[in-house]
Amino acid sequence: MAGLNLSAVSDDDDDNDQDDHPVLSAAAVAAAARSTLRPPSLQTLLEDMPDPAAVPHTSSSGGDSEEKSKSADKSSRSRKLKHDVIEAVNELIEDIDTCHEQIAEQAVEHIHHNEVILTLGSSRTVLEFLYAAKEKKRSFRVFVAEGAPRYQGHLLAKELVARGLQTTLITDSAVFAMISRVNMVIVGAHAVMANGGVIAPVGLNMVALAAQRHAVPFVVLAGSHKLCPLYPHNPEVLLNELRSPSELLDFGEFSDCMDFGSGSGSPLIHVVNPTFDYVPPKLVSLFITDTGGHNPSYMYRLIADYYSADDLVLQRKAAASN
Amino acid sequence: MEPRRNPRTVIDPKVRQVGFFAPPDRSQSGLPDAASPVHASSSSPSGNSLSPVMIPPPRHHSDNLIPPLPSPRSVPHPAVPSSYTAASEFSPTAASSYSSGSRFPGDGDDVSFSPGRLAKENSVKVMASSVPTVSLVNKPPLNIAATDKAGAEVLNDRPKAPKEKMSKAERRALQESQRAAKAAAKAEASKGPAGTPGAAPAKPAKAASRKSDVASASVTASEKKGGDRPTEKERKKDVPHPRMQYDDTSRVEKAKRRAVVKQTEARNRVELFRHLPQYEHGSQLPDLESKFFQLDPMHPAVYKVGLHYLSGDISGGNARCIAMLQAFQEVIKDYSTPPEKTLSRDLTAKISSYVSFFTECRPLSVSMGNAIRFLKSRIAKLPLTMSESEAKTTLQSDIDHFINEKIIVADKVIVSHAVTKIRDGDVLLTYGSSSAVEMILQRAHELGKQFRVVLVDSRPKLEGQLLLRRLVAKGISCTYTHINAISYIMHEATRVFLGASAVLSNGTVYSRVGTACVAMVAHAFDVPVLVCCEAYKFHERVQLDSICSNELGDPHAIANVPGREQLNFLDGCAKSDNLQLLNLIYDVMPSDYVSMIITDYGMVPPTSVPVIVREYRREHLWM
Repeated sequence: MAGLNLSAVSDDDDDNDQDDHPVLSAAAVAAAARSTLRPPSLQTLLEDMPDPAAVPHTSSSGGDSEEKSKSADKSSRSRKLKHDVIEAVNELIEDIDTCHEQIAEQAVEHIHHNEVILTLGSSRTVLEFLYAAKEKKRSFRVFVAEGAPRYQGHLLAKELVARGLQTTLITDSAVFAMISRVNMVIVGAHAVMANGGVIAPVGLNMVALAAQRHAVPFVVLAGSHKLCPLYPHNPEVLLNELRSPSELLDFGEFSDCMDFGSGSGSPLIHVVNPTFDYVPPKLVSLFITDTGGHNPSYMYRLIADYYSADDLVLQRKAAASN
Repeated sequence: MEPRRNPRTVIDPKVRQVGFFAPPDRSQSGLPDAASPVHASSSSPSGNSLSPVMIPPPRHHSDNLIPPLPSPRSVPHPAVPSSYTAASEFSPTAASSYSSGSRFPGDGDDVSFSPGRLAKENSVKVMASSVPTVSLVNKPPLNIAATDKAGAEVLNDRPKAPKEKMSKAERRALQESQRAAKAAAKAEASKGPAGTPGAAPAKPAKAASRKSDVASASVTASEKKGGDRPTEKERKKDVPHPRMQYDDTSRVEKAKRRAVVKQTEARNRVELFRHLPQYEHGSQLPDLESKFFQLDPMHPAVYKVGLHYLSGDISGGNARCIAMLQAFQEVIKDYSTPPEKTLSRDLTAKISSYVSFFTECRPLSVSMGNAIRFLKSRIAKLPLTMSESEAKTTLQSDIDHFINEKIIVADKVIVSHAVTKIRDGDVLLTYGSSSAVEMILQRAHELGKQFRVVLVDSRPKLEGQLLLRRLVAKGISCTYTHINAISYIMHEATRVFLGASAVLSNGTVYSRVGTACVAMVAHAFDVPVLVCCEAYKFHERVQLDSICSNELGDPHAIANVPGREQLNFLDGCAKSDNLQLLNLIYDVMPSDYVSMIITDYGMVPPTSVPVIVREYRREHLWM
């Protein structure tokens, strides 16, 4: 997405949203008032389109001149809307690209000399974070847990070694054994929920529990674009993805065990390979985002900064009369 | 006022009764119920059967010696074997062990593994040419030479306090001299196997017996003690010998010189584990194989088992222990005493050298260490009058006994206890491949219980896949997953069954790496964790975390992911100084994660482990 840059001028004529223009009502005025304090939500952007009826009619012109002005209005309005939307998306892309630097700037405050850091799997944010601390001449060691079954930890270890950091690669099962010698756990996140819980790569709940047991701070690095305004309900199941069992078991080796003809006919082997883990907020010590460090209990406020209340639940617009 | 309670009698403070003891209604003592109010839970008389959760009280000879009279020395003898038959009611499957163990009247003094004690025994045997049976060393003056008998009786007649003080001073002097001898002997002794002081007693035994036997006279006198007091002194001296630490370069050099297996130290060692051996894998096996015909002193059975260990064909505490003991049976069968040497000392030396060979192949497990201690104690207890063939058959039958009772029958007891904990509809989670847990699951399936199994596995050994195959072949429906997914799968599990390589005295469970993670997540989800472990794997050492003592495996097993060639990112990095690969084999699970330990002594909480180790003493655990 780095190279993608939408131009402000688009050539298509998607006028679906422009069909209904509600009258500027008191609600819209109030919304406009709210929006002066906060960035405009997409819904308000769409709702606040000036009504063609409110535009002073050119009087007495012929029908076609009216139509012409209408269509001119429409196209200018649509262009403005598209411009706004595209600008917002560009900002978002830039946010995502630069969050690493802003988070990495805070690395020096948290990592000191002769520390031991533990991480699992691979995250670009974590890599940049550790590298920034290294740049500031802090000497520390990193234990990387390999993060089966994707084994991203191997990638991270390779990168860290290439950048000159002392790295030790361990298996995920050795996390409890090694965590007593670790000063801090630093991980990335897939998503941060509104209650401060984290949807993270699989295995991180185990690491968080071990860190809690040994009183080791568990730090999550997340750009603000990872914030999700939803509160999690049964996140292990509902917000999870199951991947192919072939990453765990080789079909060729176990084909003889999958004899469906036996007994009730149901398979005897089930293989479970989830992608994500949910880490509850009480296990997280600190979130480091591009706006600074926060407590898990504060994360819901950030949502209000980046999402408007209207945009939280996208609704279909009811057919409104012109 | 309870009618049953007798007026309080003063218990002689010198005779302190330690641990569980049943109301001594079968002993001849004059303290009928003084013991019973103290220990309310064993209020049932000895004849009742215990529920599985109770540890049957051991038969101390203190039960029978409660009036500390020196004269009725002979009286305890008939009483003591009867106490064993009583005890046999508590643990029905151990009946045979107890009846055969009646030779050992419950006194831990004679069998102990501090160097001092063994030396005393040996020296005593040298003097007492007419000892009829094995080792009733300290109790009866009858078995000792006449000169000492008089002295012993005289000593016994004195009041307890001065006698103990004198003996303490005596024994301290003796201990100092023996420690000096041990230090000297250790300089040329082979390095002890990790986890046992087994090698140490053998050498100082030789050294001490070379010394004057004058000391032995006072020693035997000091053996005559009435109550439990001296046993505690023995206990304090039985601090486990500190294991070989591999960052002590001088000792490592000495060990290397004597080593059979050529080991090259691995590069890129993790600093935290400098105290553990780490060698390059891959070169040892072909090297050993090529040396096969040159290793004269090595028995081929021992060699074969060593190769199995090195290649990883035999793994698991029970399997390794049984293989080692069977190899030793072969050794004993083929053994013949060289002229001018005694069987016990020479055989012990041979066994020690084989043990160091095993250690070079793969560091000893706690189960193996305990078995070696048992074997050495048996060898040491052989009476001198026994002929060689008799001694050999005795030893071989002892080994058979040990394997049968401590492993095979113990497993049956564990299975019978554990299947009572499995109900219909249970989802049982297990980790890796434990022989005890596998037997439990198979038995429960045979009994027709409806359950399913969740198997958690981890790299690099992936042992769970073997267990998965075996369970599915039996028709048990299994769910297979990786250790990272335990948070996902734990909400389905109702019970967690785990195996152990050892259980240490502070209640921590020493088992395959990753077990601690599983127990921790189970604890967080409030799922009970049951650890199944035979009692011979208990050990008196303690450990706080997994770093102090562990085993390091092949680091390349981490970097190479078999079957997923595209993931070999680290091929070029292995030479870099910045990268270390750590392959831990074991880890330590704190006792608060364990709900219950199922052993052949019953189902006990982890806090009872030091009680079992201490009260039953090592010779009770190992016959």
